[in-house]
Amino acid sequence: MELNNQGISRREFLKTSGGVALFIGISGLLPHMISCKNNKEVQKILEKHELTAWVKISEDGQVTIYNPAAEMGQGSMTSLPAIFAEEMDADWSMVNVEFSPQESDIYGSDKWSASNKVMLTAGSMITYGYYSIMRQAGAQARYILMHSAAEHWQVPIGDLSTAPGEVINEKDNKRIGYGDLVPYLTMPVSLPEFSEAELKDPKNYRFIGVDRPRVDIPEKVAGTAKFAIDIQLPDMLYGVLERGTIHGASPTLHNESEILGLKGILKLVPFDYGIGIIAETLEQALAAKKLLNITWGETTASGFNSQDCYEAYDKIASGKSAGKVITNEGDIENALKSASKAFSIDYKNDYVYHAQMEPLNVVAQVGADGKSAEVWVGSQQGFDSKLGIPDYLGIPAESVKINLQYLGGGFGRRSMTDFVLEGTGLAREVAPRPVKLIWTREDDVSYGAYRPLTLQRLRASADASGKITGFSHCIVGDGGHLVASGIGIDYYDIPNKYAEWREVSEGIRLKHWRSVGHGPNKFAIECMVDEIATHFKQDPADLRRNLLAKSPRALATLEKAISMSDWYSSLPENRSKGIAFLERSGTLSTGVCEISVDRSTGKISVHHFWSASDAGIIIQPDNVKAQMEGGILMGIGSVLKEQITIVDGQVQQSNFNDYEIMRMADIPDSVETALIESREPPRGVGESGTPLVACAIANAFLKLTGKTLRHLPFTPERVLNALNS
Amino acid sequence: MAAYSLNINNKIFQVDVEEDTSLLWVLREHLGLTGTKYGCGIALCGSCTVHVDGNPMRACAMPVNGLDKNQKITTIEGLSENGDHPVQEAWIEAQAPQCGYCQSGQIMQAVALLGENPNPTKQEIKAYMNGNLCRCGTYLRILKAIELAAGKIAAKT
Repeated sequence: MELNNQGISRREFLKTSGGVALFIGISGLLPHMISCKNNKEVQKILEKHELTAWVKISEDGQVTIYNPAAEMGQGSMTSLPAIFAEEMDADWSMVNVEFSPQESDIYGSDKWSASNKVMLTAGSMITYGYYSIMRQAGAQARYILMHSAAEHWQVPIGDLSTAPGEVINEKDNKRIGYGDLVPYLTMPVSLPEFSEAELKDPKNYRFIGVDRPRVDIPEKVAGTAKFAIDIQLPDMLYGVLERGTIHGASPTLHNESEILGLKGILKLVPFDYGIGIIAETLEQALAAKKLLNITWGETTASGFNSQDCYEAYDKIASGKSAGKVITNEGDIENALKSASKAFSIDYKNDYVYHAQMEPLNVVAQVGADGKSAEVWVGSQQGFDSKLGIPDYLGIPAESVKINLQYLGGGFGRRSMTDFVLEGTGLAREVAPRPVKLIWTREDDVSYGAYRPLTLQRLRASADASGKITGFSHCIVGDGGHLVASGIGIDYYDIPNKYAEWREVSEGIRLKHWRSVGHGPNKFAIECMVDEIATHFKQDPADLRRNLLAKSPRALATLEKAISMSDWYSSLPENRSKGIAFLERSGTLSTGVCEISVDRSTGKISVHHFWSASDAGIIIQPDNVKAQMEGGILMGIGSVLKEQITIVDGQVQQSNFNDYEIMRMADIPDSVETALIESREPPRGVGESGTPLVACAIANAFLKLTGKTLRHLPFTPERVLNALNS
Repeated sequence: MAAYSLNINNKIFQVDVEEDTSLLWVLREHLGLTGTKYGCGIALCGSCTVHVDGNPMRACAMPVNGLDKNQKITTIEGLSENGDHPVQEAWIEAQAPQCGYCQSGQIMQAVALLGENPNPTKQEIKAYMNGNLCRCGTYLRILKAIELAAGKIAAKT
C-alpha cells in the first residue's frame, strides 16, 4: 500500500501483513526507515521527527542504527544493534549507534503487554523484548536494499545476495555498496514478513554469539560519554531539594526570607515532601540547602523501627488470616500433617539501597508558556515513555521531548520518575530557563526507594527417605510484586506447593532493586533446601539433582556448575562450597561459591564463584559474562554489608561511610561463568547473578560451620552470633 | 566571590567563584570538564579522582582556595589526546566499564598507581584501588586492565 500524504513528499509508506511496517522516506539523499503499526502514527512522527528511524544510511556507507533501550551498563547499545546488523548484513565498521527517540508507538516492544507497545529497560527484558523486532526490521532493511539493487540493475531479486555492507549479483558477481545504493533506493510494492526459515542461518552468524567490543566503552574510557548530570545548557540554573529523613513527611519552612536573601538564590519551590531551591550556581544551591530551617510533619513511617518490626511480622505469619495466595498446587496442609519430617524456618532481610554511582539528576526545561517541556535524563524509561511529565504539567504527550542519556547505573531506581518530575517542577517556576536538579548522595540514600524488608516463613514436608513432598512459603512484607517475585519453584518436582503474601504497610519508599523479590525469596528457598538436605545427610547438589529431574534445561545448569566448580572435591581447612539454583527473567542458573570464615571477626570471604546459566540464544557472550560477574559482585557486597535501618521513622544511613558497598579489596579471586548452548529465544541475564549469592554463601556457611545464617545481610556481628549459637 | 587561576591539563583557566567551592564543581559546572564525576562529595567513592602534581586527589574534597596556581591539575580529559593512554587502551581491551560513571576516577587512580609502581601485584592493585567504588561490579576487569596496562607500559619503555 502506498501512502500519498500532502505533507510527506517523495516518501512512501508500506504496511506489512504482520502489523509491523517499514517506512523509507527520501528527503534529499538520506533514506529513513521506521517501523510502525499504523499510518496516522507514522505521519505524526514524521511531522515531528524528520530523522526518526530504525536505521539511516548515507551515501558514504555509514549506517546508523537506533537503540530503543536505555544503556545503563548492560550493553544494549551494542547487543540490540548487533541483532539488527546481523539480518541487515551490515558492515560493523560502518555502523554508528544512537538512542532512538522516546516514542513507544514506533520503538516500543510488545513483550511487556500484547496490546500496548512499551519502552522500558527493566526486568532484564530488553534482549528478549527486542530480539524478534530487531531481526525482522534488519531483514526488511536488507530486503529493501536488495530490491533497490534489483531495480537498478534490472535483474530478478532472486539473483541477488548480500555480503557485509553490499549487495551482490551472484550471476555476474557485480557488487554495490549499501551507501552507493542510496540514490537508487526504491520501495517494493509489498514488504515481506520474514519467517524463521527465511532469516539468516545461524551457522552464518557474524554478530549473534560473536563478541563485538561494546560501542559505548571508548567514550566512557575517554571521559566524554554524556550522562544527564554532564549536560550544560545556556542560561541553565541549578536546583536541589531538601526532603525529610522520614519518607513522605511534609515540610514547614521557618526561614524563607533569610534563604531568599542569600546570594544567587532565585526561588524556593514547595513540594508536598520537600522544599526546592533554585540558584544561579550549584554551590549556592547546596549552601542554601544546609541553612533551611524546616520542621517535618508526621507520616505513616513515623515511629517505625526496622529491627523491631520482625516481632510483629512473626505474629502476622502465625495468624490465621491468609494473605494473597500466589501458588496452590496439591494439598500442602495434608502434606505437612502426614510428613515423616516437617520443617518450619523463618528468614529475614533488611532494606537495601540501590547506590547507583551517578546520583539522581535531571536537566529540565519548560516552555515560556508552560505548554511544552524537554528533559535530558538517565532513565530506565517506563510505561509512559514521556515519564509522567504530560500529566504533571497538563500538556499533551507530543509536547514533551525526552533526551535519553547514558545512565550512571539504574538497578531499578531509575525506573521511577520522582526526580524527573521534581526537576520539571523546578523548571516550570523559572521557564524557559533550564534547571539542572542534582540529588546529593545524602539525598539519594536517605530518600531512596529500597528493596522491601520481609520476613519469610518457609515450611516443608519430607518423607522418611528425605524426599521433599511439600513446600510452603509465606512472605510478610510491603510492596506487592516487589516481595512476591521469585517465590515460584516451578522447576522443582514437589507435588504440594503453596505460596502467599501477607501485606504490611510501613510508609517506607520501596522500589525494584536488581532481581527484585528474587534476592530475598531465593535466599529463603535455597537455604531451606540445604537445611533439609543437611537434616537427611544428603549432599545439597544431589538433592537438587532429584528436584530438577523433570526439568532438563535446569538440570543441565546444575550439572555444569557441579563440574566447573569441582563440587565433590575436598577443600583446605576453613573452606567450603555452597550451591543454589534459580530462575530469573527466564534464565536458569546454578551458582556455586567457595568461602572462608574468620571466626574471630565474623568476616566471611568469598574466594571463588562459579555459575552456569541457560539464557537461551546468547547475543554477546562476553557481555553476558560481564553481567554475571557484576551481578555476583553486587550480590556479594549486598549480602555481606548492605543494610538500611530505620529508627523512629528516620533512615539512619546517609552516604558511603555508613552504607558500605563492595570495595576492590573484597573481590573474589575468580568469578567464572558458563553459558549452556541453546536455540531458545534469548532471556535476561542482568539480574541472574545477584540472587544466587545470598543462598550460596549461607549454604557454604552451613556446611562449614553447621550453623545457619537466616537474616540478610550477614554482618560480622550476625555471623559471630550464629557461630556462638 | 573571588577570582582563581588554575592550571588544568596544561592550560590556564580563570574562574570567579565562592571561596570554598570544591574543585569538583569548578571543573564540572564552571569549566565544563565533566569527565570528572560527582559520586559522594566526601571523598569516599573516588569518582572525582584527578591528579594534582601527579598525585591522585579527590576533587570533591578540595576547596578551590586551597589550590596554588602553580599546581598542575590533570583530569581525564587531559590524560591523552584521543583516549589512547595505555591505561585507557587496556580498559577497552578488558571491556572493563559497564555503566561507566566511575571509570574516569578508576582510570586516574590506576594511572597514578602505575606511575608509582609500574609492576604491581594483585594485592597492591587492590589496596591502591580500594577507595574507588564501582557499583556495577567491574572490579575483576579493572584488575585485569591494570595488569594489561602495566604490560603495555613496560613494552613501550
